[in-house]
Amino acid sequence: MSNYVVGLIIVMYLAMLFVLAYFAEKNPRGKWTNNPYVYTLSLAVYCTAWTYYGSVGIASRSGISFLAIYLGPVISFPLWIVVMKKVIRISKQHKISSIADFISMRYGNNRFLGALVTITCLLAIIPYISLQLKAVSETFSLISSENSYVSTGFLDDSTFYIALLIAVFVAFYGTRSTDTSQHKKGIIATVAFESVLKLVFFLAIGIYVTFYLFDGTTDLYNQASMKANFSQLTSLGGLENGFNWLFTICLSFFAIFLLPRQFHVAVVENDNENYLKKAIWLFPLYLLLFNVFVIFIAWAGNISLPDVVNHDYYSLLLPLQQNHQGLVLMVFIGGFTAVISMIVVSTLALSTMVSNNIVIPYGFIKRLVEGNPEENTKRIKNIRRVAIFLLIIIAYFFYVNFSAQLSLFSIGLISFVLIAQLAPSFFLGLTWRRGTARGAEIGILVGLAVVFYTLLLPIVSQVVMPNVKFVEVGLFGFSWLRPAQLFGLDYLTPESNAFLWSLSFNTLSFVGFSLRIKGNYRERNYAEMFVNHSNYENLQEGAFVWKGEAYVADIKRLLSRFLGEARTNRALRLFNKKHNISDTEEKADARLINFSEKLLTGSIGSASAKILLSSVSKETPISLVEVLNILEESKETKANNKLLLEKSEQLTAMAHQLKEANEELLFQDRQKDEFLDTVAHELKTPITSIKAASEVLEDDDMPLELRRQFLENISRDTDRLDTLIHNILDLEKLSGNRTELDIKKRKINKTIKKALKGVEQIAAKKQVAIHFKEKENVEVPFDEDRLLQVLTNLLSNSLKFTEPHTGIINIRLEEGDKAVKVSVEDNGRGIPTEDQAYIFDKFYQSKNQNTKKPQGSGLGLAICKKIVEGHKGSIWVDKGFKKGARLVFELPKSRNGT
Amino acid sequence: MKKILIVDDEPNIVMSLEYAFKKKDFGVFIARDGTEALEIAEREIPDLILLDVMMPQMDGYETLKRIRENDKLSQTKVVFLSAKSKEKDIEKGLEMGADGYMTKPFSIKKIISDVEEMITLHNLPSSNL
Repeated sequence: MSNYVVGLIIVMYLAMLFVLAYFAEKNPRGKWTNNPYVYTLSLAVYCTAWTYYGSVGIASRSGISFLAIYLGPVISFPLWIVVMKKVIRISKQHKISSIADFISMRYGNNRFLGALVTITCLLAIIPYISLQLKAVSETFSLISSENSYVSTGFLDDSTFYIALLIAVFVAFYGTRSTDTSQHKKGIIATVAFESVLKLVFFLAIGIYVTFYLFDGTTDLYNQASMKANFSQLTSLGGLENGFNWLFTICLSFFAIFLLPRQFHVAVVENDNENYLKKAIWLFPLYLLLFNVFVIFIAWAGNISLPDVVNHDYYSLLLPLQQNHQGLVLMVFIGGFTAVISMIVVSTLALSTMVSNNIVIPYGFIKRLVEGNPEENTKRIKNIRRVAIFLLIIIAYFFYVNFSAQLSLFSIGLISFVLIAQLAPSFFLGLTWRRGTARGAEIGILVGLAVVFYTLLLPIVSQVVMPNVKFVEVGLFGFSWLRPAQLFGLDYLTPESNAFLWSLSFNTLSFVGFSLRIKGNYRERNYAEMFVNHSNYENLQEGAFVWKGEAYVADIKRLLSRFLGEARTNRALRLFNKKHNISDTEEKADARLINFSEKLLTGSIGSASAKILLSSVSKETPISLVEVLNILEESKETKANNKLLLEKSEQLTAMAHQLKEANEELLFQDRQKDEFLDTVAHELKTPITSIKAASEVLEDDDMPLELRRQFLENISRDTDRLDTLIHNILDLEKLSGNRTELDIKKRKINKTIKKALKGVEQIAAKKQVAIHFKEKENVEVPFDEDRLLQVLTNLLSNSLKFTEPHTGIINIRLEEGDKAVKVSVEDNGRGIPTEDQAYIFDKFYQSKNQNTKKPQGSGLGLAICKKIVEGHKGSIWVDKGFKKGARLVFELPKSRNGT
Repeated sequence: MKKILIVDDEPNIVMSLEYAFKKKDFGVFIARDGTEALEIAEREIPDLILLDVMMPQMDGYETLKRIRENDKLSQTKVVFLSAKSKEKDIEKGLEMGADGYMTKPFSIKKIISDVEEMITLHNLPSSNL
């Protein structure tokens, strides 16, 4: 393939990434970029060219030990739910934008520690980036047809231009906002996309090699087992090798948390901590898929390409040997994507760290304080852009001058060992509140020194002073000081050896110095907030202890230099509202200091934020004890407030319930009153009538006819009184469920006929026709006397309201599956719609009744209702019936109701 | 001849009152509800109205209010007749502007003497009834 074709494809690919990032940035809330799958795929930035090419190299030479690098993350993932969730929450709350910021803040916004972490990361990652560039360059020349061409300097080296293009991409999409805690959707979208590409392409080449070049895994196994070193390639090795496994697993375990690019994608770019739930099984699955074919490609390479020196590129060389140009290009692009996403995220993370933890706090802070917001934004962005270009350029030159003789795997491991130096201050910092800044600093420095001596010095000395023999004989001739076999442990690989000793000394120094030298109150304050995060989480700004004097106006001025006037005002307004602080408050309190620190941390890092805020405030040092007391107090206050709030809510709810209960009682009382009033009225009326009549009857002059009339009145009123008293007592009995209903299965037809017989005479007298279509065999359980009462009442009502001569009453009996329905309908004047809902109430009388008072107690239908309900049935007015009135009741066939 | 209007929806009670007042030479008019009462009162301008409180449609209170609003009936006395015999009911009735309040059951003789007194002695303090 010609250089130009490959170059063109690379440029086209990068252009596509730009477009993809553009669309992702355009719609930052879209569901395509905000989901757990994109999050998981972005975590796969872990798989670099090292994974893509290097694993095969290792597998071909030393068997399955490459797997250790992936076992660490897989083992660590269940822990993510606990640890990562905590880290993410803390980082979100404090607007932390890098691992350096995280560690620096944990130890009281310590400036030196932030810088030290940054330098450690630079030491670890720049060579790593170099290796990625090396992979691009080597694969490029492998697939290029112009094999003889050797570049004479960086200006005609295509890798240099590729590196620059990547830098342009990062600078463009990585520095759009000065607030580094802001999400970079464009970059994350491209990283996720590339994670898909590299996995699919790697699987494709794996399948091609295993099933096309060979006849499946069995065939490969059979052929590979003929090779001389096969047994070594397929076994775990002895106990010594077991230690190497263990240390490599530990190393990768730490790396998945601490690598700047991993911290960036896992913590800083996390939108939603619930994504972790998906990621903890999806990401291990991704790693598994990535490693499925590694061993087969390695075997295939060993079989088909016995003369190749660099085994890393088997996956590229195998299709090349067959002259499958399309596949070659695909593998190349796959490796290229792995490289790009690693470099992009790493430089992005590193540039933030360099600007926020070295350049700004150590040099630019004064100038920033003097500048206006626009200038400052420009300056901060420029610092980061310059850092991005410098990082990539330095990595390029490192690659050109240094990395010629190193494999992807070893540089990767060195990088991991360096990064692992952050582990004690990071992990212990999250769990042990006594860890201090001094301890962390010394631990990291000691660790770095050990790594330098055991791992880097041998490599550097080989290049710089090939004659010095101390690597073989030990420093000053002491054999126990041989760098790669420190203290006589001679069975570990150099990396495991370095890891073991550096981390041991690092941890010991960290713990030792933390115990010896107490941290200041600020360290302890943050220690509490980080270690006991769930405890202080809801305290928000309140968890920060600060005593001193500061003016809101000064802080406002400071904030607006970085955020601009409008954003500052808005932020402070919201802050005041949240904490119930008056807008005219002049003095700043701890909460405002902490809030401002947070706002600034996003833009310039936590160390600079602290420096700036202390420049506008007079802080009074306080003792450790006081810090703890205040923390405890504010926690209690908060808890008490919460308790109070809960209690008061409960009380309100109870008061409400009481009020309702009271209203209900009052209502019942009123109803009872009304009922008694009505009863009194209804009783008094006939009594009044009787009394008045008897008084008038005393008059001897009264004509006989009239006298008879009065006497008749008295008699009727007495009857009325009697009925009334009877009904009232009846109703009371039914209401209190004091009457046992004699419910038995009977033929209802018979009972209806009995009721008809009872009203026969009145009907005949009024000449009202009553029709009943009999259904002899319908059986249903009921109390006969009571039902008779209901039927009689309904019939009398109908008789009362129908006209003489023309009146017709129909009784219908219907049997359903579960109930029996009886209806009594007439062609009288009907029941007005507005009364239909009330006619079953006691003493309800229609307002539309004729002026002539109807006879009856006003309790008949109320009694009917009680009786039917006593049968677990129901009674109602048929609203659809317009020709007159139609009352219906239903009795369940089973005793338990319908 | 003094005119009296009896308003009650209980025909038996009305019958007795009618007989007794006629016997005393009153001009007696009968209404069975508030609406009818207002009609007759407007037409006949009675000296006194015996008004039942609990009636369907327009109750005694509402009827009294309408009577008091009518200028033609400014000289007409109104006495409530009611089965509501609680202190607060009587107070309410008098507050509404009734000239008297008689509880059911009542003595016809007492009613007649009170009514006669009320009509002849305008200055009688009404609430003593």
